[in-house]
Amino acid sequence: MSSQTPSELKYARTDEYLRLEGENATIGISDFAQEQLNDIVFVELPEVGAHVAQGEPFGAVESVKAASDLLMPVGGTVTEVNSQLSDEPELLNTSPYDKGWIVKIKVDDPSEANALMDAAAYIEYCKTR
Amino acid sequence: MSYIPHTDVERQQMLAAIGVTTIEDLFESVPSRYRFPKLNLPKGLSELEAWAEVQAFAEANEHAGDYALFRGAGAYHHYIPAAVNHVLLRSEFYTAYTPYQPEVSQGTLQAIYEYQSMLCALTGMDAANASHYDGATSLAEAVTVALEASRRKRNKVVLHPAIHPHYRAVVRTYHQGNGVEFVGDTGKTIERTTADDLIKLIDDQTALVAVQYPNYLGNIEDFSKLVEATHNAGALICFVANPMALALFKSPGELGADIVVGEGQPLGIPLSYGGPYLGFFAVRDEYVRRIAGRIVGETIDHDGKRAFVMTLRPREQDIRREKASSNICTNQGLMALAACVYMSLMGRSGLRRAAEISYQRAHYAAKQINKLKGYKVNVGAAFFNEFPVKCPKPVSAINDFLIERGIIGGYPLEGDYPKLKDHMLVAVTEMNSKDEIDLLVEALAEAAK
Amino acid sequence: MTESLIYEISSPGRTAVTLPDVGVPEVELPKDLLRKDLDLPEVSELQVMRHFVNLSHLNHSIDTGLYPLGSCTMKYNPKVNEDAARLAGFAYLHPLSDEEGSQGALALMYQLQTWLAELSGFTGASIVPAAGAQGELAGILMIRAYHLDRKDHKRTKILVPDSAHGTNPATVSMAGLQAVELPSDKNGDVDLNALRAALDDSVAGMMITVPSTLGVFDTKIRDVIRMVHEAGGLMYMDGANMNALMGVVKPGELGFDVMHYNLHKTFSTPHGGGGPGCGAVGANEKLVDFLPGPIVEMVEETEDENDAPLYGLKMPVKSIGRLKAFQGNFGMHVRAYTYMRIYGGEGLHEVSRHAVLNANYVRAKLRGVYPMPVDRICGHEFVMSGHFEGVEGIHALDISKRLMDFGIHPPTNYFPLIVPEALLIEPTETEDKATLDNFVEVMKKIAQEAKDDPELLRSAPHTTPVKRVDEVRAAKQLMVCCRPIPDYDQQRTPSGD
Repeated sequence: MSSQTPSELKYARTDEYLRLEGENATIGISDFAQEQLNDIVFVELPEVGAHVAQGEPFGAVESVKAASDLLMPVGGTVTEVNSQLSDEPELLNTSPYDKGWIVKIKVDDPSEANALMDAAAYIEYCKTR
Repeated sequence: MSYIPHTDVERQQMLAAIGVTTIEDLFESVPSRYRFPKLNLPKGLSELEAWAEVQAFAEANEHAGDYALFRGAGAYHHYIPAAVNHVLLRSEFYTAYTPYQPEVSQGTLQAIYEYQSMLCALTGMDAANASHYDGATSLAEAVTVALEASRRKRNKVVLHPAIHPHYRAVVRTYHQGNGVEFVGDTGKTIERTTADDLIKLIDDQTALVAVQYPNYLGNIEDFSKLVEATHNAGALICFVANPMALALFKSPGELGADIVVGEGQPLGIPLSYGGPYLGFFAVRDEYVRRIAGRIVGETIDHDGKRAFVMTLRPREQDIRREKASSNICTNQGLMALAACVYMSLMGRSGLRRAAEISYQRAHYAAKQINKLKGYKVNVGAAFFNEFPVKCPKPVSAINDFLIERGIIGGYPLEGDYPKLKDHMLVAVTEMNSKDEIDLLVEALAEAAK
Repeated sequence: MTESLIYEISSPGRTAVTLPDVGVPEVELPKDLLRKDLDLPEVSELQVMRHFVNLSHLNHSIDTGLYPLGSCTMKYNPKVNEDAARLAGFAYLHPLSDEEGSQGALALMYQLQTWLAELSGFTGASIVPAAGAQGELAGILMIRAYHLDRKDHKRTKILVPDSAHGTNPATVSMAGLQAVELPSDKNGDVDLNALRAALDDSVAGMMITVPSTLGVFDTKIRDVIRMVHEAGGLMYMDGANMNALMGVVKPGELGFDVMHYNLHKTFSTPHGGGGPGCGAVGANEKLVDFLPGPIVEMVEETEDENDAPLYGLKMPVKSIGRLKAFQGNFGMHVRAYTYMRIYGGEGLHEVSRHAVLNANYVRAKLRGVYPMPVDRICGHEFVMSGHFEGVEGIHALDISKRLMDFGIHPPTNYFPLIVPEALLIEPTETEDKATLDNFVEVMKKIAQEAKDDPELLRSAPHTTPVKRVDEVRAAKQLMVCCRPIPDYDQQRTPSGD
């Protein structure tokens, strides 16, 4: 495996990453996750304005072999969704950390991010799977 | 014996290869106390004897082959061109499994794809699945799609009381464990409820509004205000449609439906005492990824040739397990094939023609019956091929009289709609000739005496 | 080899049927309500026949070749069953016929219910469910209703082994209950320690397949049943593998409370390219009143045995309700009845004996050729692994696709999930020894090819109507309808959501 795991991000056990910038955050799925899923064919996005608590589903991704829920790494209100993914779900495969971001949120409580893994811990966690 | 081909010699060779002496040795892991119980079942028969017995059962029934049938209520006796059965008897179709392996299932896959395409044309929807068990379970699955589309934030469903009573029962059976609230079809005056009466029941908790077209009591209602109110409330509207009526009347798609379901039996499938039938299921584009069950898509193979494959599989039970929205595995594959062959044979003009003949003969029958003393046809301005008739006596008494004249009369409505006392629901199709209708009218007149 | 779409051979004005004249005084059609056009094909009867017969040639089927698809029981479908279901007295019988006019059908259904119950040691059966999945839903709803009827509202969990078919957990969710997965031991049996830990008064019941999905009979099944019952739960048996059990053991006697049968597996009704089927449900004393309805009951018994009794349709007193608009897939009832009538009790036992014999024969012949995760006497099917030590990049899927080149349908792939690269093989009792020997030889040849020429497997199949298909393209483009749909969107009211 040669997945990228940028060190400035936090990671959930369910493979979502969190890019925290003050009160705001960008959420997507890790490079490791997109490799596991293989060719992603569909992304289900939430509505802007939706409030989703930590650990609750905010959408789903599908490949031809698997479908998995996307879970909120921290609670918050959706401020923007990456609507480009509707036409080009493959962006999750080709650019998970950049063009393949999924939602932007206004974070309820940034301290919830403490429950997430840092890059080093996530790399170790992926090795066990 | 029967369909087991083994000879004694082969059995011995096989047991030797396994390394045991008798077949019984293969069952030692079954607790001995429970092993090889006595079966209190009859002795086997030759095919000849079994056939005679089955034939006797068949002959004990009063059926549309021997009687003039004027009963519908969700199952209709339409003409089925001979070629339909000849295709169904191709054992390459009927002895195949669900087409999981596309390389050796293109026949089934392409036929389903064509069926889906024809269903889209008929319903005015963007996508149809490979079918559900029957019209009733299709409606139950429509409820699930609507709940999912609301992301399980809404849990109320408005049911028009003139949806087939059995369909409404099935929907409740399916959803008894998940807290869905059903409204609209209870109360003392459901016989008189119209589409517009349902508008006041719609609120921000409503996920789905369901209506039947034409409705169970025969009427073709104006749903325009209801559709508008449903959409304004952010809910979906589902039409339960009779596919034969759709050959003549505006498609539900044109009328604003989000989901169209119904019983595909009128499309080339025999009455067969209630099954196997065909639950069709079609949606607008937005909901295609929420459809449960099989759906076939077009693609290409490794050489770039057109090919078909079951698609959108990952949301199904075999992959998503407890997170799947439905547990459905199969469809009614062979029945979808029957409908596909039937619609191909009937074609653009034939299906409409069959619907028109049914319409004209039903309207003739209604007019003649309405002239009879003691009878009244109780249907609104527009109906297709079915209408309620108020009789001068209990329906069972009328039907007992009719059967003696070789006629199977209409279906009694009182059991499901208490206010429709002595009402029978009469259905007429292209199978009922003018002579048959005149015979019915004559017999009804005599039955009233 | 591909076939045009039926729409592609359509020509305006052509038709395959002639219909009679209206024959009655005509009324004017209500113009405002009519549709303008109906986009169906315009073809001749010969075109239709050629089209569908050519399509049929693109299928693999039981009648064209071996179909050892595990857990699906692809046995021979006797032809007399097809003729029986098409008898006019059945085919033209309206589902809402009066009871007096449908005594033949009701008598047949009554017999079938009774025989199915007897075969499994149950008190009663309902033949309403249309498929195994619907039978499962019925069974789990019955368990739920049973606890609620006893005012026991805290039982919301159903235990499901990790070896279970995906329908089991999906059914539990659909019924509004919570599926709790239980680990299996290395033999695919229930891990009793894990079971003990999971049992408490929130458990409504457990679903389990017998023989297990790995094809073996769980030797501790009595312990499992006793433990669940002691905790107040009920036992559901998934009857997908009933073909191993007829006259071998009665699930009701073992202690199961409810099970479903697949008439399209065990009782030879055809699979139809994915339905229709029938997922009848059997239940013991505790649950019989909760069965889905309507079921057939004897309304009036007769004293003179030359007189037929009177049968009628009834809803069981505490029924979970209706599952279908009418009384089930009657056409399948006729087929299964005919099958059971021809075999009789002893014959059905022979079916199971020979199904188990055939599976064990193939298993014995392929031992040492393919890895077998559970190496013991099996039931009517067994599981191998499609992965060889030292051969990288060959998967169960490649072996499956290569089998097609030999005119054999692949076994079930990737199920059960707990066996990596699973190949689940079920020959059924209707295959003769020579056919099985040929299958064994082909499987050996493929195992050798995997080592000598793995590319041959990876690029397989080579001789089928189409090669491996692009599933990613199908899911992304999502072309599920070949016709342009008129755009009604402008006429729709904007959605508020």
